[in-house]
Amino acid sequence: MAMTLAEKVFKTHLRDEPFPGAKVLNLDVVLCHEITTPIAINDLVARGKDRVFDASKVKVVIDHVTPSKDTKTATQAKILRDWARRHHIKDFFDIGRNGVCHAIFPEKGFIRPGYTVIMGDSHTCTHGAFGAFAAGVGTTDLEVGILKGVCTFRQPETIRVNVNGIMPEAVSAKDIILKVIQTLTVNGATDCVVEFQGDVIGSMSMEGRMTLCNMAIEAGGTSGVCMPDEITVDYLWPFISSDYKDKAAALADFRKWHSDESCVYKKVIDIDVTDMEPQVTVGYKPDQVKDVSEVAGTPVDQVYIGSCTNGRIEDLREAAAYLKGRTISPSVRGIVSPATPDVFKQADAEGIIKIFMDSGFCVTNPTCGACLGMSNGVLAPGEVCASTTNRNFNGRMGKGGMVHLMSPAVAAVTALEGKIADPGKFRKEKI
Amino acid sequence: MKTFGGKVLFLDRADINTDEIIPAKYLTENSKEALKPHILEDLKIEGFDPHAPAVKESRVIVTRSNFGCGSSREHAPWVFEVNDINVVIASSFARIFRQNMFNCGMLAIELSEKVIGELFALRAADTSISIDFANDKLTVTSGKGCRTFSYQIAEFDKALVKAGGWVDFADAKY
Repeated sequence: MAMTLAEKVFKTHLRDEPFPGAKVLNLDVVLCHEITTPIAINDLVARGKDRVFDASKVKVVIDHVTPSKDTKTATQAKILRDWARRHHIKDFFDIGRNGVCHAIFPEKGFIRPGYTVIMGDSHTCTHGAFGAFAAGVGTTDLEVGILKGVCTFRQPETIRVNVNGIMPEAVSAKDIILKVIQTLTVNGATDCVVEFQGDVIGSMSMEGRMTLCNMAIEAGGTSGVCMPDEITVDYLWPFISSDYKDKAAALADFRKWHSDESCVYKKVIDIDVTDMEPQVTVGYKPDQVKDVSEVAGTPVDQVYIGSCTNGRIEDLREAAAYLKGRTISPSVRGIVSPATPDVFKQADAEGIIKIFMDSGFCVTNPTCGACLGMSNGVLAPGEVCASTTNRNFNGRMGKGGMVHLMSPAVAAVTALEGKIADPGKFRKEKI
Repeated sequence: MKTFGGKVLFLDRADINTDEIIPAKYLTENSKEALKPHILEDLKIEGFDPHAPAVKESRVIVTRSNFGCGSSREHAPWVFEVNDINVVIASSFARIFRQNMFNCGMLAIELSEKVIGELFALRAADTSISIDFANDKLTVTSGKGCRTFSYQIAEFDKALVKAGGWVDFADAKY
């Protein structure tokens, strides 16, 4: 029977179906951070079940508030750190080596095509960029994942999004996913996998694919997915070269996960990017999206570039191309958080960190902090932030604050102008 | 099994997200009880006061579509649980929130928009809902009238509620 990628992953990982429609899957990777894991750890300890199903499949990072800002966040970090140590979890990323979870875990090669991945974080859908089924879950699901290596899901249907056309220079993966969310609405993909196909995706980098899949949850999606191809093989090659005789063999193996030609989709959406403008959100829902030309001129107080959506090296390169040799408006605060130490080092080596600093940006360590109003860039009531993050909910980056979501290019030129601006009207420098 | 039913808190808006239910700044707490005073603190509904006595007295929430969207934080069901709200009734839920509710042995009941509209029609200061868990029925009562509706929840979700949540269920079975 013809199957989608998600159906193939479900079939190969099915552990049990305790009731009709309730699938219990074996997990390949369980990812953990310091915000949602400590309560699971405390509960396991209280139950006398302080165990880990397989320490080699549990990956741990401190990323939301780092360095710790107070006693409470220091305690969360300590609970996670102590737990990782006593269970000999090798892949634990503490301060100095830590980065935003959905950037650092793929960077370390932990995510592979056909994997099942969970984390107590809604943006876990990011990892579907590798052809995995990757879903955000709550603390109880995480706890059972840690203890038993299983998680339960309803069998999801798949929505296919075909993205074709010629990408305008100022348009990026972020603009595409904002357009997709606008099309699907904030719950149009609930209980569904969002599968990205088409020429534009076929030539898109893993970084761009992660940006796309990252925001599938903003349409309610369980996981985003892309078909693993040559680009996936190239990205993963440092980690898989001993498993395959050459890249062609890896590609042939990865192809088995591809959705079959005659598989059944719940819905198919076609997007042509040729005439697309950069997209910007308005209001407090991520499906409230407009062309940048409609909102250009809106003043902002802060510009934030970073997060699991847009804090990778390509994002920093893109922003720096507009910032090079220019200074940001004195009316805005610019903050950039490279998503991982490797992104930071690479940006430094390419002169990008200097471009940001010369333009007037504050460069922070890798952390999620600002995106959810926890640290490193919290808004005051009434303030407006132009942000490359993923949620524009009321108060998301600070009580009473407002967020406009956008790409790194739009964020960069908005910082230059002090108001929302169209990167299509700016000269892009070579980095 | 938890107890279900009591006074109703009506939240007349779609797409209420988990940041509104419990803002991220409280996610640094390591106990559920510490979340208690912050229930629905950032909810954006005209005239809504999270500190009103009606919120504290409520045992059931009735709301619109896509309730609990956004962050995966289980702190959202927890802040309801520590405030003795063990039932949320909506025309639809975000997946993670719905799963978190059943994983905690709590009830997330989906009804059609039409029936949700009928529940809202009985909205009054004293509206209450009783749940007949064994027979999948709920009865709403207020000064405006009394109606009984059937609801459906998946067999598995029902088993989780009976087991007291997913940890106990999974621990016994896997």
